[in-house]
This record gives sequence, C-alpha cells and structure tokens, in this order.
Amino acid sequence: MSEPYATAARQAHAKERITWFTPRRVLADRLAVVHSLRPKGVFAAMILIIVVLSAFFGNAIWQVDPSFQQLSARLVPPLSVGSDGVYHLFGTDHLGRDLLARTLAGARISLLVALLAMCVAAVVGVSVGLASGVFGSRVDHAVMTCVDVQLALPFTLLAISIATITGPSLMNVIVVLTATSWVAFARVVRSQVLSLREMEFISAARSLGCGPGRLLVRHLLPNCASIIIVISSFAAARMIVAEATISFLGVGVPSWIPSWGSMISEGRTYLPVAWWVAIIPGGAITVSVIAINLLGDWLRDRLDPRLTSPNGLTGLPRRNGRGRSDAERA
Amino acid sequence: MIYYIIGRAVRGLVVLLLVSMVVFGISLISGDPITLLIPIETSPEQLEELRNAYGLNDPIPARMGRFLEGLFRGDLGYSFRYQQPAFSVVAERLGATIELAFAAMLVILLVALPAGVVSAVKRDSSFDTVVMAGSVLGHSLPSFFLGLLLIYLFSVTLHIFPTSGRGTLAHIVMPALTLGLFYAGRAARLLRSSMLDVLHQEYMRTARAKGLAERIVIGRHALRNASLPVLTILGLELGGLLGGAVVTETIFAWPGIGKLAVEAVIARDFPIVQAVVLLTATAFVVVNLIVDLLYGLLDPRVRLTRT
Repeated sequence: MSEPYATAARQAHAKERITWFTPRRVLADRLAVVHSLRPKGVFAAMILIIVVLSAFFGNAIWQVDPSFQQLSARLVPPLSVGSDGVYHLFGTDHLGRDLLARTLAGARISLLVALLAMCVAAVVGVSVGLASGVFGSRVDHAVMTCVDVQLALPFTLLAISIATITGPSLMNVIVVLTATSWVAFARVVRSQVLSLREMEFISAARSLGCGPGRLLVRHLLPNCASIIIVISSFAAARMIVAEATISFLGVGVPSWIPSWGSMISEGRTYLPVAWWVAIIPGGAITVSVIAINLLGDWLRDRLDPRLTSPNGLTGLPRRNGRGRSDAERA
Repeated sequence: MIYYIIGRAVRGLVVLLLVSMVVFGISLISGDPITLLIPIETSPEQLEELRNAYGLNDPIPARMGRFLEGLFRGDLGYSFRYQQPAFSVVAERLGATIELAFAAMLVILLVALPAGVVSAVKRDSSFDTVVMAGSVLGHSLPSFFLGLLLIYLFSVTLHIFPTSGRGTLAHIVMPALTLGLFYAGRAARLLRSSMLDVLHQEYMRTARAKGLAERIVIGRHALRNASLPVLTILGLELGGLLGGAVVTETIFAWPGIGKLAVEAVIARDFPIVQAVVLLTATAFVVVNLIVDLLYGLLDPRVRLTRT
C-alpha cells in the first residue's frame, strides 16, 4: 500500500473514533499504526537472511564435520559437552554426529534444492501459462486439462514413486519437485494473461504493429512479473516442505547427504529419549518456511496492484490490503 | 443446467483417462517387477515363464489396452506382494482412510469456521491477529513435524493418546489434528477474506436496516455467501484427503491407503500404487464435480452464466 493512502486511511480512522476516546481505543490505534508499518516483511527478511547466511557460511564458523561419527558421544543433549570433550550446541544424534553441523549442512541442501526446483518450475510454468493465455483456445484447453490431471494426481505419492524408480539423487529430487509444482505458475500466469489481453494498452501495442513475440516479452511478461515473484516465494516454501517430506519418507536426498527431512526421520525413533534429534531440524524447517511465507504475504501486499483497489463502501483502500479473495489468488 | 453437468462430467472422464495413462506410465518406467520378487537362483527359463504369465513381454500398446480394459472391469491389477487383486487390498484399507478424512474435515470445520468468521467480524482485533498468526504457523508446519510434536507432547510427555494404530476414539485424535490443522489455517484465512468481501456488500446494509439481529445478519446473510469460495477449496482438499494422507498415516501407523501406498512404493509393488493413485484421482474428480454442482445450486448466478 502506498504511503499517502495509508495516512489518509489512518486519519479517517482517527476521525471516526474520536467519540470512542478510551484508553483501550488509543492502544488499539497505536497498534494499528504499528501494523500498517508492516514489520512482517522486515522480520521475515531478517530471519531469511540469517538462515541463508548460516546455510552458506555456517560451516566456516562452526568447523565440525557433519558426518563425523563418535559413538561414545551419542545422543548428547543440547548445550552440553560430550564424553569426547567436545561442546555440542545442539547436541548429537544416535551416531554421535554434531547436530548443529548437520542442521547447517541440511540448510544448504534444502535451500539449494528448493531454489533450483523453484526456478525450473517457474520457467516451465510461466512459459506454459503465457502460451496458454496467448495462443487461443486449443492450446489453452490442452494446458488446462494437463493442469486438471496434475491436480487430481496425489502429489506425495507421485513424488515418492518417481523418486523410488529413478533412485535417490539430488537431480531426481529437483525433477520431481518441478514436475509437481509448475502448475501453480501456469494457472496464475494464464489467468493474468487472459485478463491483460483485454486491456487497452495491449490493443494499442498491437495496432502499433507489435508482433506476438514483442508483445509477450515487452508487454505481457513485465505485467506478470509481480505475481510471478509472489507465487515464487510461496512455491519456495512449499518446495522446502516437499523436499523434507520425500526425504523423511526415505526416498529423497541420498542418505549420505545430511538433509532436514532425513534427520527428522532418523530422530523419530529416538523421540522418547532424545527429543532434540528430530525437533531441532524440524524447527529449522518451520522457521525457514514461516519466514518465506511471511515474505510472500508481504510481497503480495506490496506488489499486487489489485490489492490496493478501493473497497465497496468507503472508497478507502483496505488497511491490511486483502482486497482480493484467496480463491482468485490460488 | 443439464449441459453444464454433462460438460463437467465429460471433462472429469477425460481427466481420469489421462490419469490412468500416467499411472500406466509409472508401471512402464518402474522396470521389471519379476526380478525383484524371485529368488536369485531362478533359471532364465522360469523367469521368462513368469514374465509371460504376468503378460510383461507383450508390446506396450497391447499392455496399455489390457490395462485400460481391466480398469473398465474394475480390475486394477494383481499385487505381487499380497498375492491378491490390488483392488481388494486397497478396498480393505479404504475404511480407515475415509474415517480419518472425515475426522480431519471435522477438525477443519470446528477450527476454521469460528476462527474465520470471528476474525473477519472483529477485524484487526487481537483475536484476528492471533488467528492470522496461527494460520501462517499451521500452514508452515510440515505435517510430519506437527505429527512428531503432537506425539512428543501428548504421548511421550503427557501419556494421553496412544502414539499409533487404530481402534479407539483416542487413536484418531492426533492423526485428525495433524491433518486437519494444516488445512484449517488456510480455510480460516480464506473464510476471513471471503467474509470481508461480503461484509461490505450492500445487502448487508439492507439486512441491518431491516432490523435483523446481528446473529442472523452474520450467520445467514454473510456466512452463506462467503462460504462459496471456501466450499470449492474444501472440496479440493476433501478429494485429496480421501486419497489417504500419505505422511500422516505413515507417522501414526494408521492402516489406511496412504500408508499402504508408501509401503507398496518401497516394496516396488506398483499395482497397489497404481490402484491408490487411480482411486485418489477418481475421488478428487468426483468430489469436485459434486462441489461444482453444489455451487450451481447454492449460487443462482453461476447457474445462469454457465448454462
């Protein structure tokens, strides 16, 4: 939401509430002001930066080999020194491997896989969505049928089937994640193109002699950019969970590479005696996914121009910017 | 209306046909199941005999034709592991999955309905903030992690619920919560934004001007109109739930088709996997067809524009 609007909304709000002048109301208004500053995005970005930095530089600071086994120091609780005399901040797992080192290594794998899969899915999905929106009904029909088929297929089951057949490798995980998530991009870009196509600036560009290629690259794609960015962030969050899920089920990232999903799966057996083995990597996933989802929310509020449309009665934009229903966004 | 129904049904059938082709594709790339099953010392002749018995040596179009023909007769193949028709193995486990799906649906409704309505009516209140935060949290927690947290809290620490299995009412609580809370966050959020859209409509002012009680204005005029988009999403999700919650069933050792499918994937017993995938897809298509039709009944505008 742009700043002048926000100020206008706040002023209107304050005027409305003058007759309700009670301490509680004042507090509520203060909170509303804080809310409108959107600390959400800043907060999410900060967490995300910490996660990314620790994923890529963490092992340089905490110089412990994530695969080093020390059976005499197995299941050491967090914040304590093992029998080997080494201090373990997050404790150790059932093979005496340092959990902090493994969580950091897992972060690198998780983020890398999620990012790569998201990029490939975005490229595939956006191209399909653009084609579907531009090339008329026949292509569109075929694409939408594909989308329906993809939606009807159970994602996790399909993913683990393909992963089992093709064998565990990072490449396969990325392929599986891409194959099951390009649909989100295709659907959203398609509907965006369909509505853009009817706009005047497109007919203007056309009547100026703009070819289909130029129309796509210079006019349609830039106008889909913000929505693609928003979808990408939610897709990245989903990818992290999906990668962890298939690794948890034992068919994802190869077992010799530490990944959050397989760490939880290993720790599951030791839950009654050593909660930290499963809960710490789980917490890492949750924190990263929450941060990305919040960032996505924030980006959606910032970038989606339709969200600042006036609401029906007062002619003022909504303060929390949720103008469009989720059904349309989905 | 009748054309609309037929159109949707045909589309559903086309989708199912394509799904079964994908399912057949899985069996093609999954390799030779015979080599996985027999002892190493089996002679090549015996191997060949077995392949012929299972029809694995026929050309691909013939196998595909047989596969599709079998589907029409309700024959989904033969489980190598259970030595039974895949369909009956799956059907045996279906009851547990349906039970869990409805329990999860109950959780979704019990959580999302009040949370969504109240947070929309009392927008920007602290309740609203809590609901929105909860919905982000619920949606960000991977289901296997939420399941483990629940096990740690309720089974390991508090000893209230059993960790796994099926039988009593206590067994279903944690799987239903794990499954339900994930979707409840999204449903609450969706209901909230849909309610917010509706609350600004003119007919809401009319309803209030008529002097109706606020309870009726919200419950009957707002909620009923706001529930349409939510219904669509819940339909999509119920379709998915009927296909067995693979992860949740695995964690809680819930004997449904999701757990069956995971075991089958790991044992490479692909006829079972195919049967489960097909069943899920069918449930998904049918539930969505029903939701579409319900949509037409509930919202006359849909009926008018689409017929």
